[in-house]
Amino acid sequence: MGEVILTMKGIDKSFPGVHALDHVDLEVRKGEVHALMGENGAGKSTLMKVLTGIYTKDSGTITYEGREVEFHNPREAQEAGIVIVHQELNMMNHLTVAQNIFIGREYMKGGLIDDGKMNDEARKLFDQLGIDINPAEKMGNLTVGKQQMCEIAKAISHEAKVIIFDEPSAALTEAEIDELFKIIRDLRDKQLGIVYISHRMDEIKVITDRVTVMRDGGYVGTLITADCTKNDIINMMVGRVIYEDPKTHSMVKPGAPVVLKVEHLNAGKMVRDVSFELHKGEILGFSGLMGAGRTETARALFGADPKESGDIWVNGQKVEIHSPQDAVKCGIGYLSEDRKRYGIVVGKTVAENSTMASLKDFLKGLFIDKKKENDATQKYIDRLKTKTPSVDQLVVNLSGGNQQKVVVAKWLVRNCDILIFDEPTRGIDVGAKSEIYHLMNELAAEGKSIIMISSEMTEILRMSDRIVVMCEGRKTAEIDIAEATQEKIMHAATLR
Amino acid sequence: MQKQLSEKRGFANNPIVRAIGLQRIVVVLAVILEAVLFSILSPAFRQYATVVSILDYSYYITFMAIGVTFCLISGGNDLSVGAGMICYALAGGFLVQHLGWPVWAGMLVTIAIGLCFGVLNGAMVAIMNLPPFIATLCTMLITRGLGSILTGGMAVSWPSRNSEGGWFRSLFKIINNGKIIPVGFAIVIFFIIVMSIVLNKTRVGRYIIAIGSNKEAARLSGVNVIKYQMLAYIISGFFAGLAGIAYSATFSSSVAPGTGAGLELDAIGGAIIGGTSMTGGQGSIIGTLLGVFVMSLLKTGLPYVGLQANWQQIITGIVLIVAIYIDVLKNKKTA
Repeated sequence: MGEVILTMKGIDKSFPGVHALDHVDLEVRKGEVHALMGENGAGKSTLMKVLTGIYTKDSGTITYEGREVEFHNPREAQEAGIVIVHQELNMMNHLTVAQNIFIGREYMKGGLIDDGKMNDEARKLFDQLGIDINPAEKMGNLTVGKQQMCEIAKAISHEAKVIIFDEPSAALTEAEIDELFKIIRDLRDKQLGIVYISHRMDEIKVITDRVTVMRDGGYVGTLITADCTKNDIINMMVGRVIYEDPKTHSMVKPGAPVVLKVEHLNAGKMVRDVSFELHKGEILGFSGLMGAGRTETARALFGADPKESGDIWVNGQKVEIHSPQDAVKCGIGYLSEDRKRYGIVVGKTVAENSTMASLKDFLKGLFIDKKKENDATQKYIDRLKTKTPSVDQLVVNLSGGNQQKVVVAKWLVRNCDILIFDEPTRGIDVGAKSEIYHLMNELAAEGKSIIMISSEMTEILRMSDRIVVMCEGRKTAEIDIAEATQEKIMHAATLR
Repeated sequence: MQKQLSEKRGFANNPIVRAIGLQRIVVVLAVILEAVLFSILSPAFRQYATVVSILDYSYYITFMAIGVTFCLISGGNDLSVGAGMICYALAGGFLVQHLGWPVWAGMLVTIAIGLCFGVLNGAMVAIMNLPPFIATLCTMLITRGLGSILTGGMAVSWPSRNSEGGWFRSLFKIINNGKIIPVGFAIVIFFIIVMSIVLNKTRVGRYIIAIGSNKEAARLSGVNVIKYQMLAYIISGFFAGLAGIAYSATFSSSVAPGTGAGLELDAIGGAIIGGTSMTGGQGSIIGTLLGVFVMSLLKTGLPYVGLQANWQQIITGIVLIVAIYIDVLKNKKTA
């Protein structure tokens, strides 16, 4: 760790009705990776927005390279050398990689844009980072992981001295995360200051040198990562110990009936000859790298995408599923990885979302029976411990974890016995995460059967009774939890 | 079915096909098919005058379509070009016919008014954040009404070929001893080349694509989103003015108030057939030119096979639906 490059001291910021930041401190040194942690709503993003000039602070000082500074917009911060790599990638899919990297400062020749020179410069950047991306490729054709690499390349091309990573790993697979970490270490060795925001405890231990924890807009403390345990950090974040250990053996009752049987499912390139069985009360983990075809398998099974062939049995009966309606009739519910796009209608109330999949049951004549709807909703709010002031709260106002619970409620109201959770805890903070885990375990214990697609190895090992591993559209392994190890799963996930 | 699909992909991946663009090849084939079809169905279609007529239609549609292409790429649309074109031509022509202004001045005024309405459209979309569809629909209404008011509801005649100031008609068509030379095509090609360069090789084009692709990302990258989004509409206004001049110069009949309705759909259709996406971020000027020929061939050819104005509208509508549906399918595939 080198000298201090950035100091934020006593940063205070209020919005009408909310004290978002309460005298927060943050110190970043050259050549360190500094974790910024805290639950959703702890104020991490607000702090970064204050730093980069999106918000104006009410009080406090920002010292950068020995001088007090105040940026008025992200561009000023960028020009000074402070760059954010955003969680939601800010890419223009229709432009090429190089065009994206140099947007706003194109190389010109004779009044026209010099794309050749931009491609050359981009290639130099990638060489420097040791990554292989064609600068002339359209951004939209790259995987999320590669797009993130481009964001980093863009940050470096700005001659950044401080790079802020805002949950960079949320959409990456383990392999992509390894590559990301390699790059981050490289940058650290080049004496850049790195701020790393993440919810994933394992990563913090692996990649960061120091960790600053925030809670409810306040500053809790800063630790040397090597000197503290995971539990120390979690305790600082939430004030209670919550993490469960990995499952050691299957919780499924011996001889539990098969509720779902899929044979030789084929759908496009991403689903090739996939067969598996799901037992009553089982949590079946689907592991694999990004693009392994797990989500595609779930979508084909659910009827969301067309399938070419394959037989499906539900409770021993052969069924034809051609659309999500068919799947729901068979008692299958799907909780998408992209809640906001497919799972819930954020502008509607908790009650409206809860009964959305089964509105027919809540009609009195032509009209919706509001009382019945509210009663059913309240029942599941109580059961799932959803934190909402009322059934009439708009879902947009709930936290990620509680939104997820509303989606679960929607399928439970519909009497679905088979639930497909696709990345159930993506973008959800530690506290809510453990509640979702707890909920899934409870549902399984009640006899619901769960397919859980997850890119997080720890999640797979913590939750699954049995694990299906996929690689490039094929099932490459099926492992009982008693025999599962990280190595075994990774091996199967990279078989091809 | 699987095999068919992979074969189709194979064709699309052919390096030559990729370089030219599958869509462009399909559009060229469509143009040829149309021409062949009309030629077979109607012997009268097979003559030089038909080519001239197709070109006559293509001039003003192409100009409108170039502007619309920029608006579509920016993620918007411009429905005002049809009614606007007539309005601007009426205003310019009125000055020439009734107030004795020289023709060049009338032409400048035509373009200047187009620019003004471009600024208005741009301001509504980029600054006031109105939905482009609605904002430009309102401008369409305004320009249509304004055109009538300016001329007192009367049609306006730009100078005819042999009268004083008739030189401007020779910009698009030279008639020498009864021989017709459609020189307007050279003007069209000139603007096609210039605007292709603007789109692909200048900051203006690059940023308009960026805005249409991901406006927030463009903003965070330091692009002056308001300025460049406005510019798309100003370009469209300029070309609507140019279209007004082309329209006045190529057709010998007078310009009548209220006639521009629906012409914008020829332009939008041309752009979309040419591969410009309704969802922004994607499009090409050359593609638009090709797409315009699909439309102008229809306009010229349909009367030859006995399908008059009403049928033309129905067919234009159907062609548009097909083109937009293809665009939707294309976006689905890439998503």
